[in-house]
Amino acid sequence: MKVALTVNGDTREIDVEPRTTLLDALRDSLRLTGAHTGCEHGVCGACTVLIDGAPARACLMFAVQADGFELTTIEGLAPAPGELSLIQDAFCETHGMQCGYCTPGMVLTAHALLRDDPAPSREKIVEAISANICRCTGYGQIVEAIELAARRLAGSNAGPAT
Amino acid sequence: MSGPGRKFRYISTDRRVREDRRFVVGKGNYIADLAVEGMLHVALVPSQHAAARIISIDASKALASPGVHAVVGGDEIAAASEPLMNGLDTPNVRRFPLAVGATRYMGEWVAAVVADTRALAEDAAELVEVEYERSPHVIDAEEAYKPTSPPVHPAHGSNTLLDRVFDWGDIDAHFAASDQRLSLRVTWGRNSTVPIETFGVLAQWDPWNEILDVRASIQMPKYADQIARALRLPMNGVRVHYDVDVGGSYGVKRGIKHSVLVGHLARKLGRPVRLIEDRLENMRSGDAHGPERVFDIDVAFDNDGVINSMKMRALDNAGAYAGRAPFQLGKPIGAIVGPYRIKSVRYHAVSVTTNKAVEEAVRGFGQSPTNYAIETMVDRVAEAVGLDRVEVRRRNFIRADEFPYLIPSGTRYDSGDYHAVVDKVLARVDWTALVAERDALRAGGTLAGIGVAACLEPSGGNSSFEPLLNPKNATTTWMESCRINIDALGTINVAIHTTSSGQGHETLVATAVGEALEIDPAKIRVTRPDSLSSLPGNSPVGSRMAIMLGGAGFHAAHKLKAKITAIAARQLGCAPAEAAYCEGAVSHGGKTIEWAKIVDIAHRQFHDLPEGFEPGLEASHIMQTPTGEALPTADGRVQMYPCHSFEFHVVLVAIDPVLGKPELRRYVIGHDCGVVINPHIVKGMTLGGIAHGIGAALLEEFVYDSEGQMMSQSFMDYLMPSASEVPHVEIVHHCTPSPLTVFGQKGSGESGYLGAPAAISGAINDATRPLGVRFNKLPIRVGAIADAVAEALEKRKEAP
Repeated sequence: MKVALTVNGDTREIDVEPRTTLLDALRDSLRLTGAHTGCEHGVCGACTVLIDGAPARACLMFAVQADGFELTTIEGLAPAPGELSLIQDAFCETHGMQCGYCTPGMVLTAHALLRDDPAPSREKIVEAISANICRCTGYGQIVEAIELAARRLAGSNAGPAT
Repeated sequence: MSGPGRKFRYISTDRRVREDRRFVVGKGNYIADLAVEGMLHVALVPSQHAAARIISIDASKALASPGVHAVVGGDEIAAASEPLMNGLDTPNVRRFPLAVGATRYMGEWVAAVVADTRALAEDAAELVEVEYERSPHVIDAEEAYKPTSPPVHPAHGSNTLLDRVFDWGDIDAHFAASDQRLSLRVTWGRNSTVPIETFGVLAQWDPWNEILDVRASIQMPKYADQIARALRLPMNGVRVHYDVDVGGSYGVKRGIKHSVLVGHLARKLGRPVRLIEDRLENMRSGDAHGPERVFDIDVAFDNDGVINSMKMRALDNAGAYAGRAPFQLGKPIGAIVGPYRIKSVRYHAVSVTTNKAVEEAVRGFGQSPTNYAIETMVDRVAEAVGLDRVEVRRRNFIRADEFPYLIPSGTRYDSGDYHAVVDKVLARVDWTALVAERDALRAGGTLAGIGVAACLEPSGGNSSFEPLLNPKNATTTWMESCRINIDALGTINVAIHTTSSGQGHETLVATAVGEALEIDPAKIRVTRPDSLSSLPGNSPVGSRMAIMLGGAGFHAAHKLKAKITAIAARQLGCAPAEAAYCEGAVSHGGKTIEWAKIVDIAHRQFHDLPEGFEPGLEASHIMQTPTGEALPTADGRVQMYPCHSFEFHVVLVAIDPVLGKPELRRYVIGHDCGVVINPHIVKGMTLGGIAHGIGAALLEEFVYDSEGQMMSQSFMDYLMPSASEVPHVEIVHHCTPSPLTVFGQKGSGESGYLGAPAAISGAINDATRPLGVRFNKLPIRVGAIADAVAEALEKRKEAP
């Protein structure tokens, strides 16, 4: 069946089976492969995307259910080719990743957190990313990245999108 | 963090990890991101029994299902391929990608269905009808070890894959002369690294060029060799592409059965075929479980806490097939006494088959379970002699002035200063204050305990356990390679010959080459040619790439530097030895030849090249592992890994006595891995290793019921630490350079994980000791703590 998905500001109509998850539609139909398949049962957070700005599991939702929402994937965060967002840059600065597989989900989660709370406490950061499993880092440098991004945001005029 | 007395330009400096840029924007090149025109997909039919004969497979309904191209069973695979490689000399433990004639664990792949999409393949897989006849099974390793147990592989005759006793030193005399002895048994539960990306492989067969192209999320030595052997192809008929980013591995991504299966299917069907495990396939039948091990230890020691001798039996449950897993009993031989001066050791290594999923390499290759056993033993010794646990460790540590130090099993430790690291850590934690904090918690009704663990990370893997445990194997090299080409415009291109799974090898090698050439590493391009264009290597296992890839890059760069210097010296009219290389330019007598000129000569002006020089500017280096070039002695002594990093953990745990939930209140680790190449990478490895260790200590286990059904099949049953479970960890650095490596570096890829389970177990046991409760098995889960504590409190109430 046909569904119109609005992803990173562009609306595209795709033809999917009703059982196709939003994750599979993004990856296979739209070739937006930054959202990753981890557990396919809503625990690991590797498939995190933003739906109307809120982090959500793309593996737990059918593509057809996403019709009419504004979706943001990791591909929508970098302001220009070759240019990182402030949060992405902070993750690079602290090396808040290793294999990179959970990273898009972590960055999007951080993006949503800092939009809602530009100066989160360490506890709040931990709580936000506790929905995303990382097997490489032990989370320390991810927390540091988000703290660094918050500090830089406080010193800039820009919002988290840039 | 740089080594004492040595100044570096780029090594050990605060530099970004170059790989991060692509990951942070979602542009990693993972296997599931690769879509090829005409690609087919695989789903698997899992076995419903722990042990059964396969009577028949009826695929007719599946083949009639939409989009299905083939259904393949074990008989076809067995006819089309050679058995997968075993590490030990166990030819009758035959393993193929699919069950052949019989299934040996629940979830084992009995048939593969190939269809236009994964969804259609899964639909059809449910329609495959398999008729089984159940046979006796065995789940427990002790049971499997008994001669009366049903053999998982009847042709092998028993379940015993390895049963060998090593005697190193005069054990009986040391036991007789010691004041005391004690025995203990500890058990390491079956867990794994469970990367968030499951294993995946894509194969394409080109019948006109007779070549099989393989892309996979692989971390495996000799991968192309094994595919070629199994599929009876010449090795130059298998082209493995190393430019695939691997979404985490930590040892386990060794999908050889997947790869041989998909290679066969791609040849058979003439279409690209891809298999990506789903989470259940990954956990239940991906053949990627870690060691499951029972340790029985007798230890002989004096009243002052000095440990003289140790007898250890390690019984490992390898699961249904042999693979490379039994070698995980061999690698710890290289640090079998930990950081201690234990004079003699009897080591009885036993590996058995059972009807569980197959064991694979996990971070540390058996070292973390062994460290847990050794450290628990040291805690017991301290308890027996009534001394502080740290003090007993200090009394037994090898002293800094004793290196290089030969341990009873034949390995010479390169360097270390264990006392200094411990001193630094105790100063950081303020040991007296920490003890006071624990006691205050106890006074307030909380169970509280402090755990400590001191252990080694053998690094620079040389695979000496292969000839040690398999007499037919004479491996004495485990090389790694690097090639550097300076192109016609003078930019530097470095080739590495492996996949990476988050270790930052591009950053590592660029830093090493940049350091040697005195050129900013950011200007160096790093590429990964495919296996047919690669020099020999052994992939990033055994905590070896800082030593081996860093070393290969360094040596290749020095060969280039010599060429550059010789070309310039000819222009300068001096001998190469008289010319001085500095940051890419070469000088003598006030005159300098710049980089661009040297490149020009090399690429365009043959008439100006020194005699005998080939045009161009290229150098490569195939590096032999430092040490370990000799085969084992008859009594089983061998130099295992060359370098030995040290770590010392201190952790304070508080446990709610009703809920049993442990909270890690303070975590400090002292870490000495010699000269650090990139501080961000080493920090991340250490923190990540501790998180992994927390999982092994408290949460993660593949639990089987008595019928062989795996009970922890999802991330809701197999629990992994989230950010809420991992505390803030303080790292205390120390640097004892290795004398065996180019910069003084040692390995760090397993750091944290090698001591965290031991330390956390020690802390929990310290917390429950006042109640007389002891935990001898990992993981120590919340329920187990709550039950044991409740029982102890109940008994205490009942006591008169």
